[in-house]
Amino acid sequence: MSGKGRLVGKNTPYLFIAPAFIVMAIMVFYPLGYGFWLSLTNMSLRTFKNPGFVGLQNYIRVFQDPEVLSTFIRTIIWTFVNVFFHVTIGLFLAILLNRKLPGKSILRVFLIIPWAMPQYIAALTWKGMFNQNFGAINLMLGWFGIENLPWLSDPQLTFYAAIITNIWLGFPFMMMISLGGLQSISADLYEAADIDGASPWRKFKDITLPLLKPTLTPAIILGTIWTFNMLNIIIILAGGYGNKETQILVTDVYRLAFNFYRYGFAAAYSVLIFAFLLIFSIIYVKKSNIFKEESI
Amino acid sequence: MIEKNIHFEKNDSWKKIIGIYVILIIFCAITLYPLLNVLSVALRPGDQLFSTSLRIIPADATLDNFRKALFETDLLIWLKNSLIVSSLTAIIGVFISITAGYAFSRFSFWGRKVGMMTFLVTQMFPAPMLLLPMFIILVKLKLMNSFLGLLIPYVAVSVPFSVWMLKGYFDTIPKSLEESAYIDGCKVWQVMYKIVLPVSTPALAITGLFSFMTAWSEFVIARIILTSAEKLTLPVGLVNLQGSFSAEWGTYSAAALITSVPVIILFISLSRYLVGGLTVGGVKE
Repeated sequence: MSGKGRLVGKNTPYLFIAPAFIVMAIMVFYPLGYGFWLSLTNMSLRTFKNPGFVGLQNYIRVFQDPEVLSTFIRTIIWTFVNVFFHVTIGLFLAILLNRKLPGKSILRVFLIIPWAMPQYIAALTWKGMFNQNFGAINLMLGWFGIENLPWLSDPQLTFYAAIITNIWLGFPFMMMISLGGLQSISADLYEAADIDGASPWRKFKDITLPLLKPTLTPAIILGTIWTFNMLNIIIILAGGYGNKETQILVTDVYRLAFNFYRYGFAAAYSVLIFAFLLIFSIIYVKKSNIFKEESI
Repeated sequence: MIEKNIHFEKNDSWKKIIGIYVILIIFCAITLYPLLNVLSVALRPGDQLFSTSLRIIPADATLDNFRKALFETDLLIWLKNSLIVSSLTAIIGVFISITAGYAFSRFSFWGRKVGMMTFLVTQMFPAPMLLLPMFIILVKLKLMNSFLGLLIPYVAVSVPFSVWMLKGYFDTIPKSLEESAYIDGCKVWQVMYKIVLPVSTPALAITGLFSFMTAWSEFVIARIILTSAEKLTLPVGLVNLQGSFSAEWGTYSAAALITSVPVIILFISLSRYLVGGLTVGGVKE
């Protein structure tokens, strides 16, 4: 170790980190600061060159906007429903796959296809399948006597279509994460439980879930943040900027910024979204204790 | 009965095994169906695009849509643009992340914990929060409608994840490998280059794949930054192509298959490294 100490200079670690740090500084930290400053100005397409400082006015306007609350509630529903099904379906399939089963590797490959398919192609494909007259979904619903549903013209149905598409997209990731976690649980524990005559549900509740927690918790936090911030699916399914009743918070910000050019207002809106996510993450991390014993 | 014990869990009854297969096959059908649906539309002749049949291979299947997609649209230009942007993102992103990941894994220094946390927290920012300032900065730098204007945000988006993945992998390499090289008088970058990187090929491949896929599939930023037809990348081009549900549907489906099948194959062939890779990078300190 003394050799290493002599040969690695005091500044070496910083030189090693510098390239990554510079990229992050230019494209992440500086824009964050800039975004915060923007939220205090009235910058728009008209005032692009000379934005004026307006203080907290944009923030007050966000809170006064009656539609922000309904969009917020829709975003919570969107995130909760999606993450709930991602985790339950993913965990369920992982448990089925985590046993001796001939042909399981080929089944696993088929099951991760949604994750491998480029997201926008998946979204466009589902959009085709939701077509009112010729889409596969309505043709299949026809077997059950359900009449053609206007999936992409009724905002409420478009929102459901987006949820279905996003559930399809997201469960393979949770399945792979769960599978990795399950493989690290020792089989001895289950054998001991068998000897005690524990029911499958008891084994799941008292062995599988607690031991999966360190693997699943970071995945659930990341999954929640990704879902909360999911732009692609809603933008593509709703056809561009779409209807007010299909928006979640981030697509609403995207619309305000790049369709209505209200840069200052959009910036204040996104600072509030970030604050919300940060508070959520801190509370979740604290409550689940996952970082407690670790050295970071 | 003896044979069953070799292939299945010993406590599973035949009923349970059949039940498990049925459930898994139903889910496979759900995951595969959209891909088969695209295939089915792509193979339909022009006059049957609007068909209410659910057959996968249409009665008079034709490759005409594939010909149209390749030669009557700008698909080849979009492919070329996407290949350039995505490859550069992967190469630059991985290079930048190697040294940072190595430093976080091997050196103890002031600011290490904070630095690592900072990289992790960047995953929490909502896209528009960065997108809007990035957009305004790129406008001011006159980088709109240029590949460089796409490349900078793409690299920035892929770096934090890559640093964490690589750091996690480097942690699993025994330090003793490097120590003998230090004793032989190698400099730190030589040790990294000659000893650590050659044994890290799987991690470098996965990290590269993730960075490549990030850029290959990115639609929201590209849609804002690219404006001229000859600069469009695949996602923007294909979304425009499908646009409204029209006669282009068959062409779009063929183009979508040409675009996604190679990626799916690549992804699946690397998938067996994914379980280990994700667990190591994400959970282990």
